[in-house]
Amino acid sequence: MADKQQQVVVKRARHKSSVKDPGTPGVLKLTKDRFTFMPNDPSSPVKHNVEFRTIKGHKFTKDGTKQALLNLTQDQGGNYIFEFENFPDRNVCKDFVASAIALSGEAGRTVPEKSAVPIQDEQLSAAEMERRIKLLQEDSDLQKLHKQFVIGGILSEAEFWATRKKLLEQNYSRRPKQRVALKNDMWSTKPLADGQIFAEKPAVRQAYLNFVPNKMTEKEFWTKYSRAEYLHSTKNVIAAAAEAAEDEELAVFLKQDDMLVNEARKKIRQVDPTLDMEADEGDDYMHLPIQDHGLPRNDNKDVLDSQYEPYRRSFSQHLNQHAAVVLQGRVIDVELGDTRSVAEALARTKHAELAKDASDVYLDKERLERISRMTEIEDLQAPRDPAVAPLSIKDPRDYFDSQQANAFSTLGDTVSGAKQLKCSVSTREAYCSLKECISEIKFQGLTEPTINSEVAFKVLNGLAQNISSNKYHLGRNPNESVLDSLPKITREELLLHWSSIQELLKHFWSSYPITTKYLLTKATKLKDAMSQIYPKLQEIKESVQSDLRHQVSLLVQPMLQALDAAFAHYDADVQNRSARSGERPNGF
Amino acid sequence: MSPPVPSKILTDDVSLLMVLIDSNPHFWSSIKPHFSFSKFLSHVLAFLNSILLLNQLNQVVVIATGINSCGYVFDSSSGSVSQRAESLLPKLEEFAENDESLSERDDDSGNGVGSSLLSGSLSMALCYIQRVFRSGPLHPQPRIICLHGSPDGPGQYVAIMNSIFSAQRSMVPIDSCVIGIQHSAFLQQASYITGGVYLKPQQLDGLFQYLATVFATDLHSRNFLQLPKPVGVDFRASCFCHKNTIDMGFICSVCLSIFCKHQKKCSTCGMLPNVCRSIFGQAQTRDPSASQQRK
Repeated sequence: MADKQQQVVVKRARHKSSVKDPGTPGVLKLTKDRFTFMPNDPSSPVKHNVEFRTIKGHKFTKDGTKQALLNLTQDQGGNYIFEFENFPDRNVCKDFVASAIALSGEAGRTVPEKSAVPIQDEQLSAAEMERRIKLLQEDSDLQKLHKQFVIGGILSEAEFWATRKKLLEQNYSRRPKQRVALKNDMWSTKPLADGQIFAEKPAVRQAYLNFVPNKMTEKEFWTKYSRAEYLHSTKNVIAAAAEAAEDEELAVFLKQDDMLVNEARKKIRQVDPTLDMEADEGDDYMHLPIQDHGLPRNDNKDVLDSQYEPYRRSFSQHLNQHAAVVLQGRVIDVELGDTRSVAEALARTKHAELAKDASDVYLDKERLERISRMTEIEDLQAPRDPAVAPLSIKDPRDYFDSQQANAFSTLGDTVSGAKQLKCSVSTREAYCSLKECISEIKFQGLTEPTINSEVAFKVLNGLAQNISSNKYHLGRNPNESVLDSLPKITREELLLHWSSIQELLKHFWSSYPITTKYLLTKATKLKDAMSQIYPKLQEIKESVQSDLRHQVSLLVQPMLQALDAAFAHYDADVQNRSARSGERPNGF
Repeated sequence: MSPPVPSKILTDDVSLLMVLIDSNPHFWSSIKPHFSFSKFLSHVLAFLNSILLLNQLNQVVVIATGINSCGYVFDSSSGSVSQRAESLLPKLEEFAENDESLSERDDDSGNGVGSSLLSGSLSMALCYIQRVFRSGPLHPQPRIICLHGSPDGPGQYVAIMNSIFSAQRSMVPIDSCVIGIQHSAFLQQASYITGGVYLKPQQLDGLFQYLATVFATDLHSRNFLQLPKPVGVDFRASCFCHKNTIDMGFICSVCLSIFCKHQKKCSTCGMLPNVCRSIFGQAQTRDPSASQQRK
């Protein structure tokens, strides 16, 4: 009944002003953008009609506690507490509220221009919304851009995210979060509700599912289990065998765990044989006098009858299994009530794992391929290719500073660049003189001295000055840039303007050539936004101290030039358009 | 090349220096009053000899960059004994003869200085270096130095960028010493991308001092030496259709080829825009144009 696409949820609830307050009974109706509460008693003043926009968060009591409460909190500190008749009701409302808050918090308002071009409203799934929200929360720069453009109405939600698909995908596949591990209780005899025993000993779990409550009660089950543990601790294999022969249920606990064995086999197969682990003396387990983690080895190799083999347990096995389970952590996340459901949940997860592994044929094939590649015979190998540097995609911010040098060089070099070299000699003559020069050296030898000492001195001075002045201007740290020497506010503003201009220009240029009305309006909107930023840049240039002004203007200049190019293009286009539409009275 | 001797112990500072000499006759005759080719050669030969003296196992290879061809003129490791740099002179003369014979009959007098085949000599240098890499685990550390003066030929943009990227990938730095009048955008980019040194000497008659101070340092020592850094790099590209340097152009979204005008079909990858996946978007590479009045 409570499917995800539900538009309206109506539930009976009590509105409480505080947790202790008995509350006013009434009906709570939830829609996508608001919720309303109407009390049963029409004369009661407790009526609410609140938009989800104002609701910032929601809190709720745990399932199974005395009251099923849902608390909706507002930004200013106000809150609305509702008590429901039962937990399922409350949970339905809770989920609905969560998605409603997310939706309204996003506030993806598109400019209300419904033009002829069909722009579908995006059918966003809840997962997509979540991803976007997460991205926005993590990256404050992105959030600023989003606020500036999408909420400012310049770009639509779809357009903004269209260029960031890769970010969204990356965000989706994240590392698994750290999980809470199980308690490291090897020695407790109480059967733990969190299923640690079931996790460590699948046979016991299986036995529990089978025996309880059909064959025996839970108490009896655990009594038998304790007896089995006692027998194991005495290490009296023969006694264990004897008792097992008598009591078949006990036998289940005493025998070796087949399921464990299978699991271990599977795990071993998954180990990468190509892993190159160096062995050293510490890895030599065979010849140490001390075995089994510090316990003295029983040197009498008691040759038992094969019938007793299944009842033998090794301490190291137990320890390894325990460690594996602790490291794996909680397999089941939900807090479950009783032992039976824990057992069932564990059984289910194990089945799921098995099924998944069985279907991973492709993984197997890939592993085999890798193994065959790694075990090449050295002598027959082809010579290795020389080492190569990996491809590196540079941060665009690195080029931010080189832009200023560009501006610098064009300002400076246009004069010298225009001076083209003139070669007034024919090709033949040119070659002749070249060859003459070569023969001159051949016969006369190198000039002696190669270089005049004064000239050399000048050169060295010049170089030293050059290097030290670069160091002064570009900073001691090669990563330090002009930006860092600016006051913080200026720097932040500049970077903000830079990223906004990038974003705007990206969308501006992508909307050319203009073929539809939608693109025209979009281009106009973007151009207006850009013309708003333009004077801000001029202001920054003027507001900076005089010693930094030159550098700031060098930084700002490429931005201004980019904007100018965009404006020029826009104007030219508008002129063309109006010239054309002059011919065709129908216009576009 | 002599076979590698496994018993050699190569220290950190053994280098293989590939020197690319600009032998464009038009350039040299245009620069004649300031700096002659013979003076240039004497500085360079002294420099090469010093490199060979720095370490017994250093190797030097010289490639001449002409306007119609490029060729090896000196290899210090050929022959049983390491040769002095002067032995490159006869070969250089031969190369100049050969280059002349390849040029066309009609004289380009007064046409300005053409560009020399930098892309060709860069490729030759990189091929030689690859051969050295594959000769075994013990080899000197290679680097390339371009002594260049001719103007950039935008027609070689693609080839030069390809060489630069392969040098970057093989971790071979390209040093540039520009002896011409104007800066070279290609060499600026080359040194920037590959981590080499770019220098335009202020005084050409002190060229040997520049070479000995800045360009003689081996790669290991560069970690703790401060070498001159250029203030900025000119990142402009040239269009693939006319080979003009452009600031604003169109880019094919499939192969990233740059064009100055909107194309119906991309000439590099053959994709049709607006039909298949490639869309021509107008991209701004850099804009130095004077500002128009803004709205």
